[in-house]
Amino acid sequence: MSSGTATATRGRRRARRAADADRGAWSPRWFWPSFAAPATIYLLVFFVLPFYVVVAVAFGTTDRILRQPVPSWNPFDWDPAILRFTFSNITHTDGLYHAAFIHTFVFVALATLSSLAIGYPFAYFLARRAGRFKSLFLVLFFAPFWISYMLRMLAWISLLQDSGYVNRLLVDLGVLRQPYPWLEGKPITLVLGLVYGYVPYMVLPLYATLDRIHPSLLEAGRDLGASPARTFLRVTLPESRQAILAGFVICGLPMFGDYFTQQLLAGSANTRMIGNAIVDSLDIPIFIARGAALILVMLVLLIAPILYYLRSTNRAAAEIGA
Amino acid sequence: MSATAGIGASRRRGSLREWITNPWAETRFLWIVGIGYVLWSLVPVAEAVLFSFNRGRSITQWEGFSLRWYTWDPTGSVLHNPALQHAIVQTLKLASLTVIVSIPLSVAFALGLHRWQRLGSGAANFLMMFSFVTPELILAVSLFLLMLNAFRVIGLGTTAQLIGLVVLALAYPVVIVRARLLSLGRSFEEAAMDLGASPVRTLGRVTLPLLWPSVFASAAIVFAFTLDDFVIVNQLSKDASSQTVAMAIYGAARTAPTPATNAIGTLMLVSSTVVIALAFVVYRRAARRRGEGMGVV
Repeated sequence: MSSGTATATRGRRRARRAADADRGAWSPRWFWPSFAAPATIYLLVFFVLPFYVVVAVAFGTTDRILRQPVPSWNPFDWDPAILRFTFSNITHTDGLYHAAFIHTFVFVALATLSSLAIGYPFAYFLARRAGRFKSLFLVLFFAPFWISYMLRMLAWISLLQDSGYVNRLLVDLGVLRQPYPWLEGKPITLVLGLVYGYVPYMVLPLYATLDRIHPSLLEAGRDLGASPARTFLRVTLPESRQAILAGFVICGLPMFGDYFTQQLLAGSANTRMIGNAIVDSLDIPIFIARGAALILVMLVLLIAPILYYLRSTNRAAAEIGA
Repeated sequence: MSATAGIGASRRRGSLREWITNPWAETRFLWIVGIGYVLWSLVPVAEAVLFSFNRGRSITQWEGFSLRWYTWDPTGSVLHNPALQHAIVQTLKLASLTVIVSIPLSVAFALGLHRWQRLGSGAANFLMMFSFVTPELILAVSLFLLMLNAFRVIGLGTTAQLIGLVVLALAYPVVIVRARLLSLGRSFEEAAMDLGASPVRTLGRVTLPLLWPSVFASAAIVFAFTLDDFVIVNQLSKDASSQTVAMAIYGAARTAPTPATNAIGTLMLVSSTVVIALAFVVYRRAARRRGEGMGVV
């Protein structure tokens, strides 16, 4: 009798626990949040707090005797002078940072568009045509992700010298009469360098999407009488629109913060980018506040693509979850 | 473009006819793109590796094979250059420490977020992903200003570099481990709980053993990525003592690169390739073993 009640109680408890398990609530309420807490606190201290320091320095003043920035920690003491100075130097055509901003936008636009032009056919090939060599091509495609960026750029520094293989080849083929000075501050070298450096980030989302388009969708297009070109335009391309946008964002975002490619391949005033202006101003204590202001401007400019990207990946994750 | 060539077995015969009638050109074009892309992305690297074995001082004129820039050049070789060796030690130290600090933090974060799905978890996840997509220069400069103005106790140097690298590295394992958790589902843990295991015991005996391959893979990826990091490490360095390999290559490449620069880059390439290959093998083996186990169950 009593053992029967015990069994019943145990059964009920188990049923309740199973129901709880379905809701994912079978542990103390603090149990799982406490797992996420350390990393969250870490990010609050070393990711969010630094943003506040940037703001405080950008809205701060500069000590004229010590010649270094004095951050304003209290929002009521914020002084917009440095930010205003920086901003007017961006917008005025003869301002300190105007050219750097124009260069950045032009170079990043050219480099992301070229990356799309190269990356799309390659991603298409990888997803549809590589056949039994697909794994080999995937391994080769992923290799640059773990090859040091510096080594990859070093390779181009040697290839593009006057006596390097690129010039030798072009002269031998008769394309050039004499070696072209690729490394002497040429915008084209910088754009090519950026494309070389970041094109894998463009291929990644394109490949992931093209690989997922179901063959039956394409067959349907063909069966309904569409030509291959039309099937591509009406089925494949619209299906990959999201991926193209994602590619623009993850390929373009790091380019905005790139200053080392410029320094390595095309170091001169007529290829200076925002990143160069920022890093250069940090070297001189009295200009550090301007660097902070520039970072702030850059963040404001990039916040829209960042949020777009986060939203679209979130949606993709939700789809996979469902 | 042809949609049917070579997609499914059912269309093989149709695609054969098509190969004869039309889309030769399109397929050929795509093969040229595929092979061309791979050559373009890897031949320069192969050239850089090759020139690390150059007998001469030039990085453009090949003068025969030698190990001069690795071992026997009395001033320029990696073996006789204390600064380059220090850079290698510093790089390996930072990469290992980053793995040791970031992996527990992010695996715990992934586990926590997988189970804790309330309002707070959304905010924490947003924060994590935001740090993932923010351009590295913004992270580096804001940490630089933090160390200079607020955390002067820490200041610039190895500790600051480590702190920055952990911010950069945190999100990769979260993404990988969460994907694994999603694909595992909850049945294993529910079975353990039904058999009376406590949450802690379930975690230790069921969840973590199942996650182990993805944790190992994340550790390898974090290691390989931090090995090559430049922006954060450079911005948060103090002096020659915190110089890493990427910084050494950058410095040399801007002034007068010798094959020794290529040599040190090659050494780093070998180490990250070994780590990634090791992770791949371990991951594959673990996945296969689990596959067999599942078959029995």
